[in-house]
Amino acid sequence: MLTLYGRELGSRMLLGTARYPSPAILADAVRQAGTEVVTVSLRRETAGGRSGGAFFELIRELGVRVLPNTAGCHSASEAVLTAKMAREVFGTNWIKLEVIGNHDTLQPDVFGLVEAARILAGEGFEVFPYTTDDLVVAERLVEAGCKVLMPWCAPIGSAMGPQNIAALRTMRAHFPEVPLIVDAGIGRPSHATIVMELGYDAVLLNTAVAGAGNPALMAAAFAKAIDAGRAAFEAGMLEPRDMAVPSTPVIGKAVFS
Amino acid sequence: MTVLIKGAGVAGLAAAFELSRRGIAVEVLDAAETVGTGASSYAGGMIAPHCEREAADEAVLTLGLSAADWWEEAAPGEVFRRGTLVIAAGRDSGELDRFAARTRGYEWVGGNAIAELEPDLAGRFDRALFFPEEAHLDPRKAMDGLYATLVERGVRFHLGSTDLPSDTSFSAVVECTGAAAIATTTGLRGVRGEMLFLETSEISLSRPVRLLHPRHPLYIVPRDNHRFMVGATMIETDDDGPITARSVMEFLNTAYAVHPAFGEARVVEMGVGVRPAFADNLPRVLDRDDGFAIAGMYRHGFLLAPAMARQLAEKLCGAEHPPFSPNPPFRQGATQ
Repeated sequence: MLTLYGRELGSRMLLGTARYPSPAILADAVRQAGTEVVTVSLRRETAGGRSGGAFFELIRELGVRVLPNTAGCHSASEAVLTAKMAREVFGTNWIKLEVIGNHDTLQPDVFGLVEAARILAGEGFEVFPYTTDDLVVAERLVEAGCKVLMPWCAPIGSAMGPQNIAALRTMRAHFPEVPLIVDAGIGRPSHATIVMELGYDAVLLNTAVAGAGNPALMAAAFAKAIDAGRAAFEAGMLEPRDMAVPSTPVIGKAVFS
Repeated sequence: MTVLIKGAGVAGLAAAFELSRRGIAVEVLDAAETVGTGASSYAGGMIAPHCEREAADEAVLTLGLSAADWWEEAAPGEVFRRGTLVIAAGRDSGELDRFAARTRGYEWVGGNAIAELEPDLAGRFDRALFFPEEAHLDPRKAMDGLYATLVERGVRFHLGSTDLPSDTSFSAVVECTGAAAIATTTGLRGVRGEMLFLETSEISLSRPVRLLHPRHPLYIVPRDNHRFMVGATMIETDDDGPITARSVMEFLNTAYAVHPAFGEARVVEMGVGVRPAFADNLPRVLDRDDGFAIAGMYRHGFLLAPAMARQLAEKLCGAEHPPFSPNPPFRQGATQ
């Protein structure tokens, strides 16, 4: 069972809600994946809608937990402001914290991220920081009060899959007790399996599902891939052997040659 | 039989055309002084059923295939059948493959063919998708043309008015009020769209150009007088306040990437419209106590208003005068 800020979750797949062909298809994907947490990005003009956001109403009707995010924020103060608006709109202390440092790659601004995390944790938010795989930044985030870490495995929307397995392994080894969620960079189900086999606790996806030809079917595929990776991690996998050099005499060859 | 149509946007006028051609007396009521003042006036005017299929249901393609013919009849001379060109920057070239995998009705074209189609884009893109069967129109001119056709056919307009004409009793009312119906129609939501008009004589385009981008896809539709319509955002809100600086910045950056000449263009108009949409983003003809409603046109007003108008006309007077055949069956969505 995955526990995030005291909340037990049966599914290890978190799903973003942006860029689906329609809200109906998004709802179908959520159902097919069995996901229990969806992220919703709060743009400021979105919050200003007269009806209070019919889209948000559709999200609430999914009956899953909402993790609002601060997507598109480029400074700590902007992210803090957006987080507070999100708390009002969705009535939750959970916040996926994104502070973007580079407009093109959407790489996180880790300095602004730590600053915003400290402010938000101090104000009672339960922060899910979108970060890089840098160990020192991760330590600072934990010091700032984050009880979950969400490293990327490749840039957002790149679909490249895990680019630095060693860094992901290191992070897992250094934070055995902190739930680690790979956020961003996953392109296909096998990528998700790889990071789950490394012992990551969950995967957060959006584009890989929303951009698929059949998003609901892809959501189901990811759910299976994530379960497979987790089960493999728990079962304990064989380590690969180097077969290049024989370690014992080879039958058919003279032993004392 | 006299039918009252509430709303003189694209859905209302298309409905008026289909009903009047079946011999029904039609009157159109709208609070605005002229036709097409709502979301219709900020539409791209792309009759692009194949391209829309990338993210839209198959019904959008099948229902939209005859739209260009319909507009040619309803607003003669306003339809340009020059296709759609879909491009991507070199780094986003994979987006073209993804787009191709989701659509039909295209040809792959290389640098030379791009230069032939759009000489001002020569040398800027190595490959593109060309959808030769698609068309475009200028929504404002098409609406004026359709209005003239309807007046000629005897449709009575009550513009600048919110009161029902008292001298006539109506056998049915058809509500085509666009975003105004969001508050009163279950399941209808608003999707904000922002656009701007650029003016420059340094570049000309013959057809709509779509630039694929993972985050800021954009289309540029050429208009008369060296103008270009650049759009459009898709934001989940019914807020119709002014365009944001962020959206302007994204539009201009992306237009500049299509051609640097857009950097010197004048921004002559900016606009915001709210598109009414159901959860599956498909439009519907709804039954009402006093008649019908055409609702949820989403971003497909000019593409799907003809098909919705035909469905309405068939509900009102049976299908004995099908103007186009065959009319593909409309797939009813799960939510309403």
